[in-house]
Amino acid sequence: MPEIKVTPLGAGQDVGRSCILVSIAGKNVMLDCGMHMGYNDDRRFPDFSYITQNGRLTDFLDCVIISHFHLDHCGALPYFSEMVGYDGPIYMTHPTKAICPILLEDYRKITVDKKGETNFFTSQMIKDCMKKVVAVHLHQTVQVDEELEIKAYYAGHVLGAAMFQIKVGCESVVYTGDYNMTPDRHLGAAWIDKCRPDLLISESTYATTIRDSKRCRERDFLKKVHETVERGGKVLIPVFALGRAQELCILLETFWERMNLKAPIYFSTGLTEKANHYYKLFITWTNQKIRKTFVQRNMFEFKHIKAFDRAFADNPGPMVVFATPGMLHAGQSLQIFRKWAGNEKNMVIMPGYCVQGTVGHKILSGQRKLEMEGRQILEVKMQVEYMSFSAHADAKGIMQLIRQAEPRNVLLVHGEAKKMEFLKQKIEQEFHVNCYMPANGETTTILTNPCIPVDISLGLLKRETAIGPLPDAKKPKLMHGTLLMKDNSFRLVCPEQALKELGLAEHQLRFTCRVHIQDPRKEHETVLRVYNHLKGVLKDYSVQHLPDGSITVESILIQATAHSEDQGTKVLLVSWTYQDEELGSYLTSLLKKGLPQST
Amino acid sequence: MAAHLKKRVYEEFTKVVQQQHEDLSAKKLRLTKPSKSAALHVDLCKATSPADALQYLLQFARKPVEVESVEGVVRILLEHYYKENDASVRLKIASLLGLLSKTAGFSPDCIMDDAINTLQNEKSHQVLAQLLDTLLVIGTKLPENPSVRMRLVEVACKHLTDSSHGVRNKCLQLIGCLGPVEKSVAKEAESQAAKDVQKIIGDHFNDQDPRVRTAAIKAMLQLHERGLKLQQAIYSQACKLLADDYEQVRSAAVQLIWVLSQLYPESIVPIPSSNEEIRLVDDAFGKICHMVSDGSWVVRVQAAKLLGSMQQVSSHFLEQTLDKKLMSDLRRKRTAHERAKELYSSGEFSSGRKWGDDAPKEEIDTGAVNLIESGACGAFVHGLEDEMYEVRIAAVEALCMLAQSSPSFAEKCLDFLVDMFNDEIEEVRLQSIHTMRKISNNITLREDQLDTVLAVLEDSSRDIREALHELLCCTNVSTKEGIHLALVELLKNLTKYPTDRESIWKCLKFLGSRHPTLVLPLVPELLSTHPFFDTPEPDMDDPAYIAVLVLIFNAAKSCPTMPALFSDHTFRHYAYLRDSLSHLVPPLRLPGRKLVSSPVSPSITSHEDPSQQFLHQSLERVYNLQHLDPQGIQELLEFTIRDLQRLGELQSELAGMADFTATYLQCQLLLIKALQEKLWNVAAPLYLKQNALASAAAKQILEETYKMEFMYSGVESRQVVIIHHMRLQAKALQLIVTARTTRGVEPLFGMCEKFLQEVDSFQRCFISELPHMQGSFVDKLLDLMPRLVTSKPSEVVKILQTTLRQSTFLHLPLPEQLHRATANIIEPTGESDNPLRFTSGLVVALDVDATLEHVQDPQGTVKVQVLYPDGQAQLIHPKPADFRNPGPGRHRLITQVYLSHTAWTEPCQIEVRLLLAYNSSRSKASSRIPKSTWNESLEALPPSENGIEGTIPFSKPVKVYIMPKPARR
Repeated sequence: MPEIKVTPLGAGQDVGRSCILVSIAGKNVMLDCGMHMGYNDDRRFPDFSYITQNGRLTDFLDCVIISHFHLDHCGALPYFSEMVGYDGPIYMTHPTKAICPILLEDYRKITVDKKGETNFFTSQMIKDCMKKVVAVHLHQTVQVDEELEIKAYYAGHVLGAAMFQIKVGCESVVYTGDYNMTPDRHLGAAWIDKCRPDLLISESTYATTIRDSKRCRERDFLKKVHETVERGGKVLIPVFALGRAQELCILLETFWERMNLKAPIYFSTGLTEKANHYYKLFITWTNQKIRKTFVQRNMFEFKHIKAFDRAFADNPGPMVVFATPGMLHAGQSLQIFRKWAGNEKNMVIMPGYCVQGTVGHKILSGQRKLEMEGRQILEVKMQVEYMSFSAHADAKGIMQLIRQAEPRNVLLVHGEAKKMEFLKQKIEQEFHVNCYMPANGETTTILTNPCIPVDISLGLLKRETAIGPLPDAKKPKLMHGTLLMKDNSFRLVCPEQALKELGLAEHQLRFTCRVHIQDPRKEHETVLRVYNHLKGVLKDYSVQHLPDGSITVESILIQATAHSEDQGTKVLLVSWTYQDEELGSYLTSLLKKGLPQST
Repeated sequence: MAAHLKKRVYEEFTKVVQQQHEDLSAKKLRLTKPSKSAALHVDLCKATSPADALQYLLQFARKPVEVESVEGVVRILLEHYYKENDASVRLKIASLLGLLSKTAGFSPDCIMDDAINTLQNEKSHQVLAQLLDTLLVIGTKLPENPSVRMRLVEVACKHLTDSSHGVRNKCLQLIGCLGPVEKSVAKEAESQAAKDVQKIIGDHFNDQDPRVRTAAIKAMLQLHERGLKLQQAIYSQACKLLADDYEQVRSAAVQLIWVLSQLYPESIVPIPSSNEEIRLVDDAFGKICHMVSDGSWVVRVQAAKLLGSMQQVSSHFLEQTLDKKLMSDLRRKRTAHERAKELYSSGEFSSGRKWGDDAPKEEIDTGAVNLIESGACGAFVHGLEDEMYEVRIAAVEALCMLAQSSPSFAEKCLDFLVDMFNDEIEEVRLQSIHTMRKISNNITLREDQLDTVLAVLEDSSRDIREALHELLCCTNVSTKEGIHLALVELLKNLTKYPTDRESIWKCLKFLGSRHPTLVLPLVPELLSTHPFFDTPEPDMDDPAYIAVLVLIFNAAKSCPTMPALFSDHTFRHYAYLRDSLSHLVPPLRLPGRKLVSSPVSPSITSHEDPSQQFLHQSLERVYNLQHLDPQGIQELLEFTIRDLQRLGELQSELAGMADFTATYLQCQLLLIKALQEKLWNVAAPLYLKQNALASAAAKQILEETYKMEFMYSGVESRQVVIIHHMRLQAKALQLIVTARTTRGVEPLFGMCEKFLQEVDSFQRCFISELPHMQGSFVDKLLDLMPRLVTSKPSEVVKILQTTLRQSTFLHLPLPEQLHRATANIIEPTGESDNPLRFTSGLVVALDVDATLEHVQDPQGTVKVQVLYPDGQAQLIHPKPADFRNPGPGRHRLITQVYLSHTAWTEPCQIEVRLLLAYNSSRSKASSRIPKSTWNESLEALPPSENGIEGTIPFSKPVKVYIMPKPARR
């Protein structure tokens, strides 16, 4: 029985370090190659030695697929390809290919330059790694080799995020990466056709959450910003450079436009400018509104949002500033926060989750006095707001995707075990499909039942469909033919052609059977009786009485002779070729039952 | 067969040659026609290759064929059809057959047999499909022939087993369009085709080809449209189709289910996997709701639209569509809507969210959570959050329709509608505001909802703001804080967008009159009165203060205790506003204020009467004074005109009427003045100066008559006669003046003739009105007509002069409603000191925004005129799409005018104004004349009658400062 094997090296019952190995019909594919935010030792990268102890990875993997540019999905890529060694193809979408190296470079800088680590990948390695990348378009079927093909679907989440279908022959796997089923201000919703894969590997970050409508949150956010600005206060929004930041920018930009507001909005420079540049380029990946209006104006060419300069923070009057990093633990956002914290007119809005120990987490949990370095006490008078904008599918969204794709099996990754358990149970209950949730390093084997396509010659098809009743839609039909397995291909041809191709002579195979009938009458009378009987029973067939005293039913021959010893017993000789086996055996059984008593 | 056909062709030849002899001159066209079918024949015979034949056919198809020769052509085509081996040529012939049978006036039953015959031996699927299409055309051309239809349906049924989807498609289409609709017909015809067409079509619901499945469903819907009652058994089949792989099938299936749900709303259907049963309409509703989260947006739009029209659905199911249980980490969470509601009901003020405010509360039983709800759950929640705005609009529309029929649902969907006010796409926002307005009778806004609604007032789009004002006009607010909030926000809006003034005042007027009791406690604060101290008197010209007063006065109308809270200056301001903004400020019964309260004495309607009475009285006075001395008449007319003009300014309801009559009297006055001139007594050449005055009067009267005819809506034919009569008099005056001042008789000949023609056409146009015009100019003129026609021009002039002097002046009856077309240019404001700079030779776009009132057919008549300082004028026709229609009789013109000019040395002002174009041939008079008076064709009309076109300026010109700069090298 053919099978699909799935082994998560990361993201199995866990969030972070996504890396999943899939073996399908003899092909090995690695899905994502991420790093873990929580660790600084070896555990931050997946354990690639699982794949092979010695020998090159290239020999074991047919291809690597990266779903999107977040570091927990692509962070280990240079390490994997340059330091461990992999030369095969790496597939990602065009926006991912463009933005990924920026993030990797940033990550490298922080690790090497700030934390002073050695033995880390270098800029050159990132460049070399990106040279191995093959970019794909949405819905483009890419032939990795003769049999393996992959296809990308839109996934929402971040710019360029994609779900991938991996297909070998009739077996297929869909890997969702991270996706979002509700559209937001700059991206659309994930979409997949009814591709009915054997296995759907889905993320399950929000396996136990059903979220409220996005509009309420957006409205709250805008209202708060608007009120503060109207009061003359300053708003600080700490963000990470990519993803949500662009969404919030679009949100504020359109709101400013709509409401004709004049207060300046600033965006701290650096990474973002480069990233915004790519957002401008990949308009086709954004949502309907941006795609529609870009003829007049590219929404990412912000009218109201300008680059931030350090000196602006002291300017009087209202303003909104987006600053990195998102958790207020260092850098520009923290500097601005310290300047503004003392004024109760000001406001800070935390748009995401904050790790324990950061300033962000402290103020969110209600701390009003913060101890800064140098024993300084900072009193926080400004308002602190929390506003979550997350771009993962919630439980309903996951179910909706499963409904759209109609997979035969589901496998959950990228989530917490406890939450997965709930969703697993729900999926099994509602869709009646098997659901799996392997831990890291644990292999799940899924049996598949692939159909094997066979080519049929047109002549045979036409001939066979002409026989019998007209073809009924969607019902299987029995056909006679010869299956030729030659050069790794299957063909169904008519027997004559098969013989010709194989250079074989045709042999006739005939079955003969004797049936004894008790009948005292003369031979030809018996024959006549048999003839009449058969004629009566087999109305649809041509039954003929030949002048030489034999009967033919279609091509089956029946002859009667008297038994050499007992004249009262007649021996009926029934003879048929193997093609007519069905009818022949039916006839013998019919005759064995004897003739009806003639009166 | 071929020989026979050929014979027919030649027969036709000879027949037509005979006709040639009969009427050679009249019907020349026919000469070429017989050769047409023959030429086709020859061409097709000549054609050596299929490609050639195809070329001939294509050329042939470009020219129309006359009805009489259609049959001949069809025969030739059929003949070639049988001979032709190439499928593409046969295909073209088949399509030509279809085209030909569409020819108006041709009855295709004669070619039906042949068309059916061609089907027999056809092998090519494409040609077969085309032939069936032709049959469909033939069938639809013969609607009252059931046996023919029966036969066609039979043919179609035979080909349903074809292996090509195209053929099956066409067969199903044909059955759908032609299949018997009445049961009786099916019984009468005993043939096999009497088989139930529904069953035949239903069998193809699970065809292997999605296109055929779609065609089958469409055919079923077609049958339904033609009046056949579909069987309920189809329902379960249709439900299965909802899970089809192809979107067009699903989309059609949704429609079919909807149709069935309307046909059998009360039938009971079982719920699969349980023993329960529900109403069919509920089940269908659930199924369609499910399709709102379909993978294809086409289906989603379809489903969302249809939901709106399922009003029989039970409220329990309806309310589920807005239901969405939230949870976080397996714990129940309240939605933001629920939280807002709770905050409101607990009386607490929203204090801004704290961290963890939305922290989940109780644990949920994992078994009880249903992630994929079957049925209606949350359908609208999904629809309103869809990524395609088409779906969102459809969902909003559906919400609107359902809420209109169910007040409880209206209350529930309010939160969601309010949320939609923040959609990223303007159309969606606008649509949801309109929706809310439509259901406003059923709802009362909570304070927090009002807050969100009012936030939209700052929107930069004018459409949105005005829609919102309209919404606020008819909204119910529950608390006095709500009213205060609304007022504050509206005032904010006013300062931000001063052009919204009128709209905001109007909005406050309704807000006040709807909520008198809520306004009452706010009065001291709003008027900033103080129990002990006198507060400074506010500025009366401040639009914001006027807005507050409009609110208060309208509330005071039904709240008699309110005026007690007013301070002195408020009463003064009331009197002023009542006079200047009478449409916004209602009459109040104010204690101790004789001056104001007296006119409002016993009845409310009385305030209209005196002014109307006054109008009529002054008119009576004028009409009765025919025989006074000219001096008296002139003075009286002058006074009356002055009175009427003032009345029009004061009473907006009567403005149209007053202006109209004033204009008429003005014309009369001018005429009298012109006739009083001394020039008539003296030899012509001496009085060049006076004659300038008289001819100017004539010219002005002409202009005024055009204004009267085209600028007022509600003018009836009685008035039109009088106007035309006045115009005739003006023309007579013109003729006389010209006769007096020109020497020589030649030019007069033409003029006289023209004038007489006009009199003639006047008589013909208004023959029915003539009896009412006893003693008038035209009446006398018509009496003298025989004499006039024969006499010399000089005599004609003399006669005219005397009749003009002797004629009485006609009583102008007033119509019920008369409104003057007005236009007000809102933008450009004309106040800007910054010139609009642009490079000369290039174009600059100027935004023009204007309101039009009482303009009929603005798309056709309203033009924008741009007047450059050098006297050059430019006329611009706005696009029809630039006009919006916000209410009856009102229009909004929002357009862009493109300006260009050569370089100027310094900035200068151009004038922009709106013009009303008219064309006397389109005049109301000619359109109202009964047909019988015309008798002859249009050619008999004198050319002067349909020639006059002109424009009337009907808005104040606005000055725009522009500066074309020379282009830089």
